[in-house]
Amino acid sequence: MSEHGQGHIINYSTLVTVWLALLVLTATTVAVSRLDLGALNIWAALGIACCKMSLVVAFFMHMKYENRLFQWFLFIALVTLTIFIGLTFFDVLYR
Amino acid sequence: MSEAGHHKDYEGAKLGMWLFLFTELLLFGGLFILYGVYLNRYPEAFKAGGDKLNVFFGGGNTVVLLTSSLSVAVGISALQKGNKKLCLGMLWVTIGSALLFLVNKFFEWSAKISHGIYPGSAHLKEMIPGESVFFGLYYITTGLHGIHVLLGAGILTWVATLVRSDKVHQGDFVTLENAGLYWHLVDLVWIFIFPLYYLIL
Amino acid sequence: MNDTYSATSSGEGFWANQNGRTGISAWLLSTDHKRIGLLYFWSVTSFFIVGVLLGLLIRLELIAPGFNMMPPQMYNSLFTLHGVIMIFLFIIPGIPAAFGNLVMPIQIGAEDVAFPRLNLLSWYLYITGAALAVISLFSGGGPPDTGWTFYVPFSARTTTNVSLAVFGVFVLGFSGILTGLNFLTTIHRMRAKGMTWTRMPLFTWSLYATAWVQVLATPILAITLVLIMAERILSAGMFDPAQGGDPVMYQHLFWIYSHPAVYIMILPGMGVVSDIIPVFARKPVFGYKAIAISSVAIAAAGSLVWAHHMFVSGMSDLAVLIFSALTFLVAIPSAIKVFNWVTTLHRGSITLDPPLSFALCFIFLFSIGGLGGLFLGAAATDVHVTDTHFVVGHFHYVMFGGTGFAFFAAMHYWLPKYFGRMYNKNIANLSCVIMFIGFNLVYLSMQIVGYEGMPRRYYDYLPQFATLNLISTVGSWILATGLIVMFVNLFRGLRHGEPVGRNPWGGASLEWMVATPPPLENFDGEVEVTHGPYDFKKAGVL
Repeated sequence: MSEHGQGHIINYSTLVTVWLALLVLTATTVAVSRLDLGALNIWAALGIACCKMSLVVAFFMHMKYENRLFQWFLFIALVTLTIFIGLTFFDVLYR
Repeated sequence: MSEAGHHKDYEGAKLGMWLFLFTELLLFGGLFILYGVYLNRYPEAFKAGGDKLNVFFGGGNTVVLLTSSLSVAVGISALQKGNKKLCLGMLWVTIGSALLFLVNKFFEWSAKISHGIYPGSAHLKEMIPGESVFFGLYYITTGLHGIHVLLGAGILTWVATLVRSDKVHQGDFVTLENAGLYWHLVDLVWIFIFPLYYLIL
Repeated sequence: MNDTYSATSSGEGFWANQNGRTGISAWLLSTDHKRIGLLYFWSVTSFFIVGVLLGLLIRLELIAPGFNMMPPQMYNSLFTLHGVIMIFLFIIPGIPAAFGNLVMPIQIGAEDVAFPRLNLLSWYLYITGAALAVISLFSGGGPPDTGWTFYVPFSARTTTNVSLAVFGVFVLGFSGILTGLNFLTTIHRMRAKGMTWTRMPLFTWSLYATAWVQVLATPILAITLVLIMAERILSAGMFDPAQGGDPVMYQHLFWIYSHPAVYIMILPGMGVVSDIIPVFARKPVFGYKAIAISSVAIAAAGSLVWAHHMFVSGMSDLAVLIFSALTFLVAIPSAIKVFNWVTTLHRGSITLDPPLSFALCFIFLFSIGGLGGLFLGAAATDVHVTDTHFVVGHFHYVMFGGTGFAFFAAMHYWLPKYFGRMYNKNIANLSCVIMFIGFNLVYLSMQIVGYEGMPRRYYDYLPQFATLNLISTVGSWILATGLIVMFVNLFRGLRHGEPVGRNPWGGASLEWMVATPPPLENFDGEVEVTHGPYDFKKAGVL
């Protein structure tokens, strides 16, 4: 069960680039929140947050370079949470 | 059973940590389920509540956490490259950021509490229903998150001592990596808390 | 083909002192999965017995209409405690933590679980949670009286010691999460050479599916319990209509965990049965892949149906429709298992030893419970029987007739291997018969009176339900007698019975290929698996 050295090393410049992207996205989400998009505001906010999450998970947390298995596991966890939220809304939205 | 003779399983240790992170995801997820339901029911009240929160505190803390995620990731790469000094430095930056976050939180909460906005307060009971729920959720979610920040700071401090004494090193750093994963989760939760509570305007 | 991994048998195996530790610290500080499994076994069994006593008291209170041996408040606490103890201290941890720990690593050819120290921590968390729950009985406003479901608004307002009890459950949940995480990592990373996914015993498959549910569903319970504490301590008002909250949201959050929890309870039991049936029919299991996949399917589908506990809560009609339809889906993989077990038995060479007796009871009693579940899953019938004793009968059939009997089956199947001694098989079978009779008297009566309209969680009832309640209570004494006979016979046998060889039942999975009792690190030398877990011919035991 030995690995080829322990894992891939992300270089500093990639990490800093990701950090800058995250800051830009943060500024973006603040800016977008000032616009009045009605119901779309919340989805825009969630969308940007998901982008930030993807960057953190893929690069800072290394997921881009991990075993496929880890990626499937994360997918399962996210699908589970989505189902919990989604099915609850079948009640809440239609009372 | 002695652990020394056993081949350590790097992938297995990381797998275990990821599974634990999923539990944290679902833990906060429960609070976000509630948020979603109540936002849908009280859109105006949530906007009114969000308006009362301070974007500078929230945004500032966002930047602090994002930067702390950078520093811990840099620290891990550093140790992988054999640069123990940089690793330790980055860990201290991360821990410092955590404490800065908590200090900000303290000021933010103090301000709110002094204005009578806290769970169970008379002022909250006078607000429109919806807004009271908003603040209840706000305190529970950011409170739980704050506990995780504190725990994360503690874990990172412990790992820093392990790095300092070479128990965690270039050839065996999964403990550091796992601590980093935990810290990133703390950052991730805040990435959602910030827009949902501070930017509902 | 020599398929054994025990060159020598020390006679004592893992019971011999480890790492120089002696006495009690050899147990309390051990990270050996077998010792931890036994620590769990004794803990859960002790709490089971406490739960049984509480159940007997409940039945005693209900022996006749108008008969009140305790104040109503005490009755409320009684059924609350009975539920909390049975569910969180016995059924959920029972099979996975006790038998999963004892057996699973050996079944996959590993020397221990992935995180042995975390495993020990899980047990300590279990004990801590249990202690907190027990302390809540005697402190604060006394034992909780909300029912194990802790519904708001009552749980937010009652003066009984809900917060401490709920915190105890929180800690217990954490214990379960760590066990699930440990088992998932173990099964993914530590299978021996040749132990492919399709050669794993079905018990291990069931633990795998269970572990996923533990990891993904239990955190929702954790946050729900935190929210109860917030309601009580901070008056947070998340579920208080006066403050804009929605009590039905509590129910959603509670059942999002607690429905999958029942699959945490039943899947390992099904796994035990899947392992036992082929051995005592001397035939490979019918439909191995179907049973393995059905475990995962039950775990997945079981996460979609929680609101069938909420048909009368005031949720939307659309939700009622959707959850009712989804509930029928879950019946399918469960039924697949039952068909496959029965087909495995068909034309097998059957030996009616105690493990099989208990396993057969499981199949019968679980099926009855499952059929009752169909009435409950169909919203139109549910509205008539919800919150009656019909529900109480249903879940006792599946949880007690199902998981409980599977736990007894597991005891009789595996414990001789770990203790090295055999109990009296005839007495064990007799205890099974006594329990079967008592069980049905208790719970079939409940299904009937429930159908006739007797509510649950009431300390008294109308005279028209008198006869069946009397039968039920008398049945509980017969059931208790059977339990006593079973435990006395079992424990006496494990201490003083005839010594047991390596493979008393003729199993083909790896735990029967090591010495009795298994040595500390399970295997002498490299493990290489060359056949499936029910391939009795290749294992040389047919």
